[in-house]
Amino acid sequence: MTASDPRPVGEDDLHAFVDGRLDPGRRARVEVWLAAHPEAAARVAADREVRDRLRARLAPVADEPIPARLRIANLAGPRRRRIPRGWPNAAAAALLLALGGAVGWVGRGAVPGSAPAEPMTQAAVSAFRTYVVEAAHPVEVRADGSTDLVRWLSARLRRPVVVPDLRAQGFRLMGGRLLPAGDEPAAMLMYDDDRGTRLTLYSRAGPTGGRGVFRYARADDVAAFSWIDAGMSYVVTARTDEARLLQVAEAVDAQASGKREGAR
Amino acid sequence: MDDLAVLIEPQIPALRRYATALLRQREAADDLVQDTLERAIRAWPQRREGDLRAWLFAILRNRYLEGIRRRRGIEVGPEALMEIAEAGVDPEAAVGARDVLDGITALPEEQRSVLLLVAVEDMTYAEVAAVLAVPIGTVMSRLSRARGRMRTFLDQAPTIVTGHLRRVK
Repeated sequence: MTASDPRPVGEDDLHAFVDGRLDPGRRARVEVWLAAHPEAAARVAADREVRDRLRARLAPVADEPIPARLRIANLAGPRRRRIPRGWPNAAAAALLLALGGAVGWVGRGAVPGSAPAEPMTQAAVSAFRTYVVEAAHPVEVRADGSTDLVRWLSARLRRPVVVPDLRAQGFRLMGGRLLPAGDEPAAMLMYDDDRGTRLTLYSRAGPTGGRGVFRYARADDVAAFSWIDAGMSYVVTARTDEARLLQVAEAVDAQASGKREGAR
Repeated sequence: MDDLAVLIEPQIPALRRYATALLRQREAADDLVQDTLERAIRAWPQRREGDLRAWLFAILRNRYLEGIRRRRGIEVGPEALMEIAEAGVDPEAAVGARDVLDGITALPEEQRSVLLLVAVEDMTYAEVAAVLAVPIGTVMSRLSRARGRMRTFLDQAPTIVTGHLRRVK
């Protein structure tokens, strides 16, 4: 476009004007037009202000040094195999769960020692499948007050374990057990509702720091939500629909993080 | 792999900026960027020629939308509520300088992304169309609506309290 560009000024010109995307000739034409149209000029000024404020507000983020964990070398290397953080990769999670099902379950509650990097969700779902069918001994320590479940699990995990109250979600605590999980044990709590639906909360230490979002995975009829928060990883698993399980996950997350805040 | 780092890493600051504007939680934003980069590395062999920046931003936005679908209400987690509550007593807010991010957070995502990519990331309208996989005309109409609503946001600057109450709900 040149100064002789005869086309009338359009809304696209005004946006391009705000964004500095007009060539000098067209820009001069728009400026002349704006001088004769004060209302449009006021809108353009407001749009410029929004643009400037957004840029100023967000500029510090881009000026920071990038976190080491975002370096391509750190992502593409062997550490990529660690527990995925953050945003869900439903396809991968489903595949891993499917693999878990295909490999099958051997032994009583032991995550195969040869695979410490197995996704936690898979371990949690496997433990769920193993223990929810137990009629006689679904849990190691019953929630009948004879043993302090919280103190026992916290001592064995060497960090405070929260036993969430899920009665508002319709689940009563049955009890808990310890599970081997790589170098450190994992805690598994079991709950049930009035219809006998059982639910497990699997938790263990790591990865350090950070707060991830809920990741959803489903394998056959078993659904699981997993997330990390403040150096702990959590998985809730049940044969129930996604919406109900999400409510449970949110309740657990709220109580676990609330307890931590309260302890400070 | 070094080639990959040389190509992709220069985009990371802008990806973090966009993710932060979308999520408003730094840790969650970096999780989203990390997820985006991991996916980009996996998808690299299948990548066709084209605008690398638009490709990466498209991955990030798609992961963001997927996350929203999976965890409804992510944007209104405890931390987000705390930010809003603090903004209400912010002396700067009291004189009308509301956080401009509150304004864009109230926009529908499709308008918010268009405005961010155009105004903050300096993308051409054609690039934005590539990121969102929509025609340029759609980009322009979303930009118009986003800017219209943001003008209203500026105009309403003194009505801080009602604005916050509406959002916290």
